[in-house]
Amino acid sequence: MALKRVVVTGMGAVSCLGRGVEALWAGLVAGRSGITAIPALAQVMGLRCLVGGLAPKVDCRDIPRQRRRTMSRMSFYAVAACREALDQAGVGPDICGSGRLGLALAASAGSPETYEEFFQDYLQDHSIERTKSTLFFKIMNHSVAANAAQALGVKGRVLAPAAACSTAGQAIGLGYEAILLGRQDMMLCGGADELHPLTVASFDIINAASTHFNENPTQTPRPFDTRRDGTVCSEGGGVLLLESLESARARGAHILAEILGFATVTDVTNISHPDASSIETCMRQALVTAELGPDAMDYVNAHATATESGDIAEAQAIGRVFGQATPVSCLKGHLGHSLAASGALESIALVRMLGKGLILATRNLDELDPRCGGIEHVRKAVSRPLERALKNNFALGGVNTSIVFGRHA
Amino acid sequence: MTEQEIIATANKALAEEFELEPDTLRPEAGIYDDLGLDSLDAVDMVIVLENAFGFKLRDEQALRAIRTLADLYGFLISKKNESTAATPGAATSPLPGE
Repeated sequence: MALKRVVVTGMGAVSCLGRGVEALWAGLVAGRSGITAIPALAQVMGLRCLVGGLAPKVDCRDIPRQRRRTMSRMSFYAVAACREALDQAGVGPDICGSGRLGLALAASAGSPETYEEFFQDYLQDHSIERTKSTLFFKIMNHSVAANAAQALGVKGRVLAPAAACSTAGQAIGLGYEAILLGRQDMMLCGGADELHPLTVASFDIINAASTHFNENPTQTPRPFDTRRDGTVCSEGGGVLLLESLESARARGAHILAEILGFATVTDVTNISHPDASSIETCMRQALVTAELGPDAMDYVNAHATATESGDIAEAQAIGRVFGQATPVSCLKGHLGHSLAASGALESIALVRMLGKGLILATRNLDELDPRCGGIEHVRKAVSRPLERALKNNFALGGVNTSIVFGRHA
Repeated sequence: MTEQEIIATANKALAEEFELEPDTLRPEAGIYDDLGLDSLDAVDMVIVLENAFGFKLRDEQALRAIRTLADLYGFLISKKNESTAATPGAATSPLPGE
């Protein structure tokens, strides 16, 4: 059976830099940060990280009530991103409902806001008599995927690969493989998350959140920088519409990029502490699936959350695979870490970089940590033709992903 | 609470919860056929009405027989009367059995 070629024909984004891919790209190119002080975090006892990246409010009142009632904020972000991707690709309800289009979309957890609302009420008297019928649909693990599918009328396969920070990486990979094998012609792939104090606390508790820049939010996170002190959580949704080249050509669709390879491996050395060898294996496997060598990559978009150990491990791994030959940057300094959405939002930016021939610099990288050295850090945007690039995402739990993108001529 | 007040309270709760236009809330309107509520909405309808009226409506055989708003109003009026009658010191009709 001949494998299909897989291309990107649509993209959609809601991020702390604004609603839409144009707002995301404009913010990134301008070097803006979407990180602000969040007063609500200051109300949480013991929480040391008081900054984050908030997405703009997404008005989803045009979604019929019976589709909308089971959605939390993260599903609104996901649906808005899906709609933008579908619009760009010129894909309407007929294709969504044809069974040819599926969806791989997830969040890092069920809606934390909904959990909080439930337990605030429940713990008063341990009664469920005031609990509405829609609760479960907001907290189930495939809430974002199921709600997006229902709202958009997607009748193909619906997958919800929840893997924290690698969620979107895995979603893109699963979508890619579904099309590669000819099981679906199109897949909406990505992730979404809503910021909640529990999200920030999850990183703060394990000493992985930034805590020293509460007065200067835009100066954090600081990937690969000597003064980095942890990650900064944000929120939003990112979606890429993947499609078989055959289908895209038959429709006369505008092709934005091609996906050339994908790998996901598991690091079992420690559930939270990344290991350079596993990251290296992941990148090498992705290159093998693309049938390309490291020298074929013109750029690496790093995961780089600005944690002490994560950045060092990733820099070491990139150094082992690419040496100093390939430019490397990451976008967490602009966007913070939108968890399940991050891999998709960063991939969207990567696709734009390929299309524009522009490598964006790592924001807040002022003084390179020597332990993150040995690779070609991009500290100022560079214009140059780009043919292929590799995208990394890694997650708590040891789930690593790497995707190889190519410019489609 | 008069019958008109009961109907107005029910309509307000239903209109808010299910985003219904007030002019659709006619007594003859079918809750499922005309107003478009489904089985999940039926669960939530009970909750919002309990909240609006302050008494329990669950596990009522009568609830399952309700098809129109008129049925619902009649049910709520009878429940409200029961509730009022059961309240100690209420200056209304005597408690059942008395």
